[in-house]
Amino acid sequence: MSNKQKLAVIGNGMAGIRTIEELLKIAPDKYEITVFGTEPHPNYNRILLSPVLAGEQTIKDIVLNDWDWYTDNGINLITGKTITEIHRTRRELTTGSGEKYQYDRLVIATGSNPFILPIEGKGLPGVISYRDIADTEAMIDAAKIYKNAVVIGGGLLGLEAANGLKLRGMDVTVVHVMPWLMERQLDEKAGKLLQASLEAKGIRFMMQAQTEALIAGESGRVAALRFKTGEQIPADIVVMAVGIRPNTALAEKSGLQVSPRPGGIVVNDTMQTLTDARIYSVGECVNHRGMAYGLVAPLFEMAKVCANHLAEYGIGRYVGSVTSTKLKVTGVDLFSAGNFQGAASGRPEDAGLEDIILSDPMGGVYKRLVIKDNKLVGACLYGDTVDGSWYFKLLREGKNVAEIRDQLMFGESNIGDVGHEGNTRAVTMKDTDEVCGCNGVCKGTITKAIKEKGLFTLDEVRKHTKASSSCGSCTGLVEQLLMFTAGGDYSATPKMKPMCACTDSTHQNTRDAIREQKLLSVPEVMKTLGWRTTNGCSSCRPAINYYLLSTWPKEYVDDPQSRYINERAHANIQKDGTFSVIPRMWGGETTADELRRIANAVDKYKIPTVKVTGGQRIDLLGVKKEDLPAVWKDIGMPSGHAYAKALRTVKTCVGSEWCRFGTQDSTQMGKDMERAMWKMYAPHKVKFAVSGCPRNCAEAGIKDVGVIGVDSGWELYVGGNGGIKTEVAQFFVKVKTSEEVLEYTGAFIQLYREEGWYLERTVHYLARVGLDNAKQKVVEDAANRKALWERLQFALDGEPDPWFEFEKARVDTRQFIPIKPIATDTVATV
Amino acid sequence: MSAIVTEMSWRFACKLDELPVLGARVLERSDADGGNVAVFRNSEDVVFALLDKCPHKGGPLSQGIVFGERVACPLHNWSIELKSGEAVAPDVGCTKRFPVKVDGGEVFVDLG
Repeated sequence: MSNKQKLAVIGNGMAGIRTIEELLKIAPDKYEITVFGTEPHPNYNRILLSPVLAGEQTIKDIVLNDWDWYTDNGINLITGKTITEIHRTRRELTTGSGEKYQYDRLVIATGSNPFILPIEGKGLPGVISYRDIADTEAMIDAAKIYKNAVVIGGGLLGLEAANGLKLRGMDVTVVHVMPWLMERQLDEKAGKLLQASLEAKGIRFMMQAQTEALIAGESGRVAALRFKTGEQIPADIVVMAVGIRPNTALAEKSGLQVSPRPGGIVVNDTMQTLTDARIYSVGECVNHRGMAYGLVAPLFEMAKVCANHLAEYGIGRYVGSVTSTKLKVTGVDLFSAGNFQGAASGRPEDAGLEDIILSDPMGGVYKRLVIKDNKLVGACLYGDTVDGSWYFKLLREGKNVAEIRDQLMFGESNIGDVGHEGNTRAVTMKDTDEVCGCNGVCKGTITKAIKEKGLFTLDEVRKHTKASSSCGSCTGLVEQLLMFTAGGDYSATPKMKPMCACTDSTHQNTRDAIREQKLLSVPEVMKTLGWRTTNGCSSCRPAINYYLLSTWPKEYVDDPQSRYINERAHANIQKDGTFSVIPRMWGGETTADELRRIANAVDKYKIPTVKVTGGQRIDLLGVKKEDLPAVWKDIGMPSGHAYAKALRTVKTCVGSEWCRFGTQDSTQMGKDMERAMWKMYAPHKVKFAVSGCPRNCAEAGIKDVGVIGVDSGWELYVGGNGGIKTEVAQFFVKVKTSEEVLEYTGAFIQLYREEGWYLERTVHYLARVGLDNAKQKVVEDAANRKALWERLQFALDGEPDPWFEFEKARVDTRQFIPIKPIATDTVATV
Repeated sequence: MSAIVTEMSWRFACKLDELPVLGARVLERSDADGGNVAVFRNSEDVVFALLDKCPHKGGPLSQGIVFGERVACPLHNWSIELKSGEAVAPDVGCTKRFPVKVDGGEVFVDLG
């Protein structure tokens, strides 16, 4: 007899099973689980029924959890039986055939039912809806024998059904009551373009047409459809796809509160029903904050929250979802999200919306972006949906798009990208084409993993395939592959994105709590913010350590064990476990003496490779860890911090001292900047450059702070980046003196140090908070600028050089001394 | 009468205090003997020993960040279970583990 609690799940669909999967991840042994399913199948991906109908996939391809999964996880699966009664006070379920089951907690995931038009002949053989495997098989069978198909409903499902039936050789007519197709996802122009391209595939349309009755033929099967106008068309099969309704019959019967409109079992933010805290509900049968979701994406978020609560973590909350739509008709590219109609809707609340529209009817491309208060609030794309996932991300994150507004329409790929041969269309790539250049992952590997392992989110794809997990430049491509293969990217709303799996706290929450509650150690932060793990993980601990360090300089005691190895060993780990050493060369200048010492060290410690870096310094590669302290000592130059999230190089041109074009002494300026800021840690690496004239030989346009000397002073540019994505720095301010260069640079960098999230480069930080925000706080507000600059100087005052002041820099020198094992007497145990 | 005899050949590594909390040190062994061994200590003062080679691309696990009963490889961030040497799913792979005992504040490893 097990003393586990009994968890019953009514509904063997995506929402119910996803909840169990999430639950098994965090509390595998908490419940004895029983799942009831009406369909005689294991859990499958309902969104992929359309590719099955179209003959592009098979039922087997779309199964998410096969029978073995239930057995392996000790789940009792009861299919082909319907629960007809929930006795809440007795906590008992009754099936149609009278069996009874007890539960301690219950999850209702009954999904939705197709809406059937209340017309004459709706019950005739040959009249079906489009909801499950049985419907899909009925259509496939009908297509083998019959000729004429009619689909009632020109929405997402109706069009996918029509396309599938057409591909299976039937003559298909779509009957739609509205003036254009998919009116809930598309504006009129896009709807008309869609109709034209489906007409080109041979599908007929009857628009603004109202069905009056379905008429039986001699065999008793449906044979024709009659419109209100009296006109009649032949129909051997009629698919009703006019909408869905939350399936709440059982819940209603059991006395649970159900919303009359738009329907759904009313739940709170922890997915518990309002009526009975032992009963949860997830998926399409739910009404949350007045919304019933007819798309699949939100249920993944619901499932996570529900599982979290079932596991008694009780910290997650579901706060609603933003959804997007993509039509799964091969050859038709269509994407819509948010408020896609913009001001054209005519609704008074939409009056202030701005539209950016690109329309090329001949080329079959139409795009509408809807903007409100400098934020993207809607997108409707037809014919070219490559940037759909990017727009959707901007929309969900509520990013300020003012600065990229002029390029917004042309998509993300317009803004410079490397690592996958400039490919922007995942669909057109071959299976053997490389998507992720960092980890060498091909398209085929990714789509195979998505299909076989049932992956749904970007994070899952990253974990399983490593694609997009290093530099992230191929993220857009991977998101597209998710869209095409799984029907969408179901990642949780990033606004709420926790730092890592250890916590629900976001980077911002953590920063705020550290400041407001004056937290002074990593364990204290984890305890206060309810970390689920004892000492975090390799992702959150370095972040917390940095936040503590940057928020409470001189008070917080640095924790080297929460730092990545490079910052613990003060050198850069290489693939063979050796390290590289890059000494600091102020402004890229060196001397014969320094070069001699470097040369001697290279000989003495047999350092295999000496390389000049892109940052005007010298890199010694292949140094053994044991040799590091001696190499530093022999070279006798300061740490270059080339291993750290800190100020790296300050690249300079020779400037007015030698150059016939130079207007300013850029080398001296660079040296001054470097000396003033070289010991600072930052959210990510920081690079500066100073050029003595606008010819810009120091490439200041792609540095975090780039300074360009002009005859009348200095121009400062911020947020440049020469890495994964080439980002050109943006003009920040023009100043007259070198003291001002230091002050403005220092203040900007201090702002970034205080507000940036860990591993966020200046360009990403600025994209998040807006350049104007930084300008306000640094350029316009003189008092604030001085305060920032002073705080940076305070933080850096007396900071040690970790290559020479081990104790002060908390360098654990034991790491440089390997232990030799000592044999003891052999002990024999009997 | 017969008995099953298990030979344990304990080697003294270091004192417990000589291992950093939430860290590791390298126990040197020649390549011919199988290469270096990483000796870890977690926040509960539990000590583990693994071959200092990630099953992925041979990264030195001794240099990784230790958390709970896991270590993150410094090269590509695979998580390895300190108890078993198994990579945490969905990654697949296993690195050799060695028996460890702490006796009177001294750490012993059985290198086999």
